[in-house]
Amino acid sequence: MAAGHHDSDEVSDASTGVHHLHDSKVKNPVLRWIDQRMPVISMIQLEYGSFPTPRNFNYFWNFGALAMITLAIMIATGVVLSMQYAANTMLAFDSVERIMRDVNYGWLLRYAHANGASMFFIVVYIHIWRGLYYGSYKTPRELLWMLGVVLFILMMATAFMGYVLPWGQMSFWGATVITNLFSALPLVGQHIVTWLWGGFSVDNPTLNRFFSLHYLLPFVIVGVTFLHVVALHITGSNNPLGIEPKTKKDTVPFHPYYTMKDSVGIVVYLIVFAVLVFFMPNYLGHPDNYIPANPLVTPAHIVPEWYFLPFYAILRAVPDKLGGVAMMGGALVVLFFLPWLDSSPVRSMRFRPIAKWLFLLWTVNFFVLTWVGGKPAEPPYIQIAQICTAYYFAYFLVILPLLAKFERPLPLPESIAAAVLPRRGGGPLPAGATAKPMEKA
Amino acid sequence: MADVLASPPTTGPADPGAHHAGSPQPQKEAPVRRDFLKLAAGAFAAVGTGVIAWPFIHSMNPSQDVLALASTDVDLTPIAAGQAVTVMWRGKPVFVRHRTPEEIQEARAVPVTELRDPATDQSRVKPGQDEWLVVLGVCTHLGCVPLGQKPTDARGEYGGWFCPCHGSHYDTAGRIRRGPAPTNLAIPDYSFTSDTRIRVG
Repeated sequence: MAAGHHDSDEVSDASTGVHHLHDSKVKNPVLRWIDQRMPVISMIQLEYGSFPTPRNFNYFWNFGALAMITLAIMIATGVVLSMQYAANTMLAFDSVERIMRDVNYGWLLRYAHANGASMFFIVVYIHIWRGLYYGSYKTPRELLWMLGVVLFILMMATAFMGYVLPWGQMSFWGATVITNLFSALPLVGQHIVTWLWGGFSVDNPTLNRFFSLHYLLPFVIVGVTFLHVVALHITGSNNPLGIEPKTKKDTVPFHPYYTMKDSVGIVVYLIVFAVLVFFMPNYLGHPDNYIPANPLVTPAHIVPEWYFLPFYAILRAVPDKLGGVAMMGGALVVLFFLPWLDSSPVRSMRFRPIAKWLFLLWTVNFFVLTWVGGKPAEPPYIQIAQICTAYYFAYFLVILPLLAKFERPLPLPESIAAAVLPRRGGGPLPAGATAKPMEKA
Repeated sequence: MADVLASPPTTGPADPGAHHAGSPQPQKEAPVRRDFLKLAAGAFAAVGTGVIAWPFIHSMNPSQDVLALASTDVDLTPIAAGQAVTVMWRGKPVFVRHRTPEEIQEARAVPVTELRDPATDQSRVKPGQDEWLVVLGVCTHLGCVPLGQKPTDARGEYGGWFCPCHGSHYDTAGRIRRGPAPTNLAIPDYSFTSDTRIRVG
């Protein structure tokens, strides 16, 4: 049959009783006809309908869905904004002002897009934090985690280039500073920078290519997100207990349980998003970016967007140019190796009494890095940044590899169901009151 | 609405907990509260989708700066009888023609019933300004710009305009007389701001 695969059609298949059509369970005849030939409906039902999902997710598990929603918002607003935007140094700033003043709802679309970038980073930072706290990077989810790090880096590149497009003072000088990072590389550095710029300074060729890449990368992000989800659906989701589901009692179908829980999170999220867009749309921006780019005058206090501040602090903490760039890059690269750096087999920090506190300290440390990143590069901020940089790396390179040798984890529950469902005959609720409806799953 | 909201006795136990626990539901015909919830949620979602979609769709409509350029003033004093000027309005040519008495006579002599797109000459000019014909210079066939603005142009068989693309002939009132075009040349919104000035748009 395999050899004659391409020659056989439905008629000959029917005569031999063999056919290639997917065994679709869809009732509607039109959808069924499609599903037999291209089983996307079956796939959606399998991956988002009946997909067995740990029953004990908390609200931290909303943030993957929130990131997807934000990506969709960013692409939708970005596509219509690009219809009004002119990627030319003579026109770019004015075209953005025209969007704000003259284009119908242009103010809304641009504010949603600009604040959407901030919301995207808030969501993704919480999503990453969730993975770090509950050990979602550990085997067998290493590739899932690494694809996530790729997504994070792609997001940073996209956000950086998007911020250049309005061609204000912060756009121009941000682009100048960040592209100059590559000049730290020995020998080839300056050539790479010239190549990135397409000239001898940030200018029209730079703006043009940044616009092109800013439009391209979101679709690369869509592609990698798809792989991220494929990997997720092979290993299944981690959960707050960090133990694998063993029986059917440990899981619930994704729909309606988590479609509903995600919907609640999305509504709350969109309210926060709307407050930012409608009541404080410039809160997270810099006023200097409403001054047109001027290659002859650098703003007095130049800082990147808030979501880059922790890494910017690491860059400035190192007094050596190449060293600073290497440390900043290393702060991201170290995340790729995290699944092998953490030697403890226990995933969730709930059961790691020492690691939990050291990780919460790492979290505080990350906030302090964000704070010093926005301060001038002078004492005492430099010293604070150096201490925080040291702890950032020590957590990954020293604490996690060694801690498992000294730390005695708390006993893990025998199963998810045993941990989260009241025992029969005991517990605060009458037996079966909460368990019974779940049993049909 | 009231009987939709009320839970009919045929739909099983009134206790919603028991309902969700999967107790058998023998009858599904009568509308239940779940149906109302689904309809309300569906309607809310449909309206919400529209509200969210509208800014995206409307952003592609003409923007305020485009609309601000949507009117054009024309000074008529330099246009001698028998001459015409072309002005740009909304990115399209507008023909402003100072007609001679003979041209007006010619346009009014035609029986309206013989026309493909019947319209009197009077209906195509402003009252008391019979010598000024203002039409959109876009052929109603497929959008070419007809010839006839210069006295040296081919003006077609009826002395108005002639479209070189597919051979439509317009008369001195800008009405279609021969060729594939279905309607007369369109008349833009315009008004006389004084005896010697018009504002198009």
